[in-house]
Amino acid sequence: MSIGTIGTSPPRRDGPDKLTGLALYADDLRPDGVLYGATVRSDRAHARILSVRRDPTFDWNGITVLTAADLPGPNVVTLMTDDQPILADGLVRHATEPIALVAAPTRERALAAAKAVLVEYEDLPALLDPLAAEGHAIRIYGDDNVYKRIRIQRGERCTVTGHLVRARYTTGLQEQLYIEPQSMIASPRPDGGIALVGSMQCPYYVDRAVKRMVGHDRVNVLQAVTGGGFGGKEEYPSILACHATLLAMRTGRPVKITYRRDEDLRCTTKRHPAVIDLATLVSQEGQLLELHARLWMDGGAYHTLSTVVLSRAILHVGGPYRCPFVDLSGTVVATHTPPNGAFRGFGAPQAQWAMERHMDRVARTLALDPIELRRRNLYRDGDITGTGQVLVAPGGFAVLESAERAAAAPFTRNTVRPGVSRARMAAGRGLALAWHGCGFTGNGEAKIKGKVGLEVRGDDIAILSSSTDIGQGTETIFPMIVGETLGIPATRAFNTPHDTGFVPDSGPTVASRTAMVVGGTCQKAAEQLLSLLRSRLGDGTFDALVGRWDPSWGPLKVEETYEVDPNIQWDPETYQGDAYPTFGWSCVIVDLRVDLDTGEVLYDRVVTSTDVGRALSPVLAAGQIEGGTLQALGWATAEEVVLDARGCMRNDRLTNYIIPTALDAPDMVTILEEIPYAGGPFGAKGIGEIPMDAPAAAVAQAIERATGAILDALPMTPERVFSALVPR
Amino acid sequence: MLRCEAPVHRPHSLEDALALRMELPGATMLAGGTDIMVYLEAGQLQPTAIIDLSGVPALRVLRSVTGGQYYGAGLTCTDVVGSAHAHPLIREAALTVGAVQIQNRATLGGNICNSSPAGDTLPVWLALNADFELASIHGRRRVPAARFWRGYKKTEMRPHELLVGIIVPPLAGHMHFRKVGTRLAQSIAKVVFAGRYVPAVDAMLAFGAVGPVPMRCPEAESALIAGASPAAVAALVEKEISPIDDVRSTQDYRRKVAGNIVRTWLEGR
Amino acid sequence: MMIRFLCNGKAVEVETPPMARLLDVLREDLRLTGSKEGCGEGECGACTVRIDGMTVMSCLVPVYQVDGTKVQTIEGLADDVVHPVQAAMLAHGGAQCGICTPGLCMSAAALLESDPKPSREAVRVALAGNLCRCTGYQKVIDAVAGSLVEDR
Repeated sequence: MSIGTIGTSPPRRDGPDKLTGLALYADDLRPDGVLYGATVRSDRAHARILSVRRDPTFDWNGITVLTAADLPGPNVVTLMTDDQPILADGLVRHATEPIALVAAPTRERALAAAKAVLVEYEDLPALLDPLAAEGHAIRIYGDDNVYKRIRIQRGERCTVTGHLVRARYTTGLQEQLYIEPQSMIASPRPDGGIALVGSMQCPYYVDRAVKRMVGHDRVNVLQAVTGGGFGGKEEYPSILACHATLLAMRTGRPVKITYRRDEDLRCTTKRHPAVIDLATLVSQEGQLLELHARLWMDGGAYHTLSTVVLSRAILHVGGPYRCPFVDLSGTVVATHTPPNGAFRGFGAPQAQWAMERHMDRVARTLALDPIELRRRNLYRDGDITGTGQVLVAPGGFAVLESAERAAAAPFTRNTVRPGVSRARMAAGRGLALAWHGCGFTGNGEAKIKGKVGLEVRGDDIAILSSSTDIGQGTETIFPMIVGETLGIPATRAFNTPHDTGFVPDSGPTVASRTAMVVGGTCQKAAEQLLSLLRSRLGDGTFDALVGRWDPSWGPLKVEETYEVDPNIQWDPETYQGDAYPTFGWSCVIVDLRVDLDTGEVLYDRVVTSTDVGRALSPVLAAGQIEGGTLQALGWATAEEVVLDARGCMRNDRLTNYIIPTALDAPDMVTILEEIPYAGGPFGAKGIGEIPMDAPAAAVAQAIERATGAILDALPMTPERVFSALVPR
Repeated sequence: MLRCEAPVHRPHSLEDALALRMELPGATMLAGGTDIMVYLEAGQLQPTAIIDLSGVPALRVLRSVTGGQYYGAGLTCTDVVGSAHAHPLIREAALTVGAVQIQNRATLGGNICNSSPAGDTLPVWLALNADFELASIHGRRRVPAARFWRGYKKTEMRPHELLVGIIVPPLAGHMHFRKVGTRLAQSIAKVVFAGRYVPAVDAMLAFGAVGPVPMRCPEAESALIAGASPAAVAALVEKEISPIDDVRSTQDYRRKVAGNIVRTWLEGR
Repeated sequence: MMIRFLCNGKAVEVETPPMARLLDVLREDLRLTGSKEGCGEGECGACTVRIDGMTVMSCLVPVYQVDGTKVQTIEGLADDVVHPVQAAMLAHGGAQCGICTPGLCMSAAALLESDPKPSREAVRVALAGNLCRCTGYQKVIDAVAGSLVEDR
């Protein structure tokens, strides 16, 4: 029985607490007897650690200091590859690498103590240039500094003549810049175990990492209300958790580590910078005939998730366009820089920035309209992708058409510019398209086997999952899905705290998979619960059946495991098959002005049209799109990480790592197209990452149309735009 | 979070403030705190004592005086923005300082005495030929804005003195203010400009963030008075300023943008 | 030093070094953790509170300066019922991760007192000191421009 919740936008569950200041984030918690942890970090890119000493002039009373020698188990941050130590042992491979930990009764004492731990180094030659890394004499990883190479070849070489268009496109580091810095508290449990609570996306990542370090299972991990993640709290919190745990075990007291913003900026993961060479063969009419891509990414000093980021980049580098022959290869290398990691989009934004810019270059070369060129190549129903996947109902044309329709409406220019009363401005409009694979690549979900539990608790339904709400709305969406399936108001279902001691592993909160995959599992679990009731009691509404359930039959609870669509075929060796269960589609149209005196870009309006499958809650869905769009505009024109000679972030403050304010943001028109995906709950697709993909290229096209300046490198800071402008 | 144990003195009259200044020449002056608190948290300042100026009413006045307008050094940016009497150029500069929460605390005097070369309001005082009134228990003196900043974060103020006010003479002319940062609020200037021009008579072209101190461009000003073209004036500006490369921007960008701002203003005048 | 002020309408006394940050006194001494620390240098606005009605970054206020003043934090924005800004933010989806939300609400409430029906541009100016990374500001601006505090 449908009760019509899906497609409405009830207020978010966690809204009242967040709006009144009652929501407790990790740093808001202060367990009795808490100590404060701080981290001693390398200030060298590559060096041997000769000694770690305490400054004898410092008052060490009440302060605990730990180094790698104090580790109870393997010195490894458990993730994909066992290469990253919890604390550097004898060797540092990047600036800011953790070397020692301190705990003190106050935060200030902890910071002072960390400064009083003196590390003596012997410098070693450092390798910072990713383009020189492969096979370099200085070894960081394996025997050639390559974390992974991927190559996809498919199709028939072109036999007719065409235009060869080739160029290089680059992107820089980007910081996730969640407004809540990383924070974690580890507390000793009465049973000798450790309880962790912190800011995170993936409680089970932390759970696995800490259990492996301590060598036993008496560990539970609870997500605190989390102030944004964007990938930055996917894998990084495991390190923080290991650190806090070590200090808590040694001191026997709860230990909290909250990074200051400058530390967070310097040492946490960033979006991988990329260099992408594209060469296409194109017919006179603008049909893509061949696409050759060569992509390099800088993974930094440790593996983290870089191989998967590379994979997603390669799988998206062709953009939403059909091409009869593709040869796509990528390499992610090691350098002596802080490791890069997950960030909304996960490689796809870098790849599609390149392809969309390249489409503009092709259009320029052939003197074709860049939008018409896209139209001629955009995937249609039944087209085959570079991995051989047959596309069903691709949404490229739908989003293109609805975005263009919306962009035809008049809009007001952004007029408020404090301190600017006269300027020479040139206006331009740009359009870009993107696709984004929803959920894990290929048969990734088969390995994860994400689970969701449901329990009837009185009149309410408890939803047990490890899928966290980091702002995107999990606490609201899951109850809507469960309520709708059971035919009861969503308000009677609720997510239990995401504590690994009580909830099953639903897989990580990443990859635009939470609503689509885990939400789908919620739906299946609710159906299973109904089946359980009906198996005993026959037909009837949920409430009627629950009332007649005899407790002696057992508890009313179920656990559901995500089942991968058996039709999905994927070969991870050849990279052929169904790369993703489905794709989202996006079109972005940016109206902006360029200040010709300064190269500053002023955003007036951004129209986005996104195929979301089904908008479970249109307000939450639009919120994802709009937030991601502005994050992409920041990446496009403002956000630049400046590294010093040691590979350490120089602009480690919010005054000089520039993200947009309310005055910099455009008015946004957000269109949600709904081309349902049968495998998602009520047709929903993943939407968390796709807004990151197209905006930067739309901005570049708009700048080009406004000024003639051609920019192929991100970020397009005022300095870069200015240099590309034709001098007056 | 960083703990500062420095004692705080809160004078409630100018006399008391000046007496404290005499008594504690090494003390740190604090009004709105929007700079000092940042330095403290960054560990860049270890004050021995604080003299808080926020409780001195005499510093928070805006009035007409013979010879122009008098701005108390303790006026906040919000005071200036909200005053119908404030000079439009000063008001425009005040609106570009940080954002509302910063403007509510940051004072004119604090911006001047912090003497960051990128201080948003500083070129305005140059362009308006303002005098800064410095006071000590020995008396008062006036220093033209053009002579106040002596070097990077160095000022003309003596250890016992306080900046108490700014005198802005009544000046005619075309005026212009422009701040260039990477974003429209909460930004530190890459180039900030204030200009004033009376054709054939007088010209002031003042910049911040393009040298160790806020600076004027005398050659460009002379050329402008003599009737040089906007492009020629801009070229002189680019020659006279001395920007640097830093984490926020480049020398080359700042130089050319400074010239462009002046040229566009003069061409559109 | 003993600091006395009215915090959300209640008289409080705190023994603290005078140069302690107001933010720390609120969070640590008074356990009012609704004001957040996002940067510690007056850039992000997550710590925005009001002193005698004026919004400030509480990380930049030495606590002695609030002696004898009225301080309002997010915990005291509404007495019993929710403030119109909070209601509008909930209805429009203006809060996501929520870490910037208390500060945004404080800035918005201050705006609406002086300008009950602000234009979108006025809202942008008023909120420019509150960085948000989740929303792109669109729904925040929708909420605040649509709050329509009733004329009293």
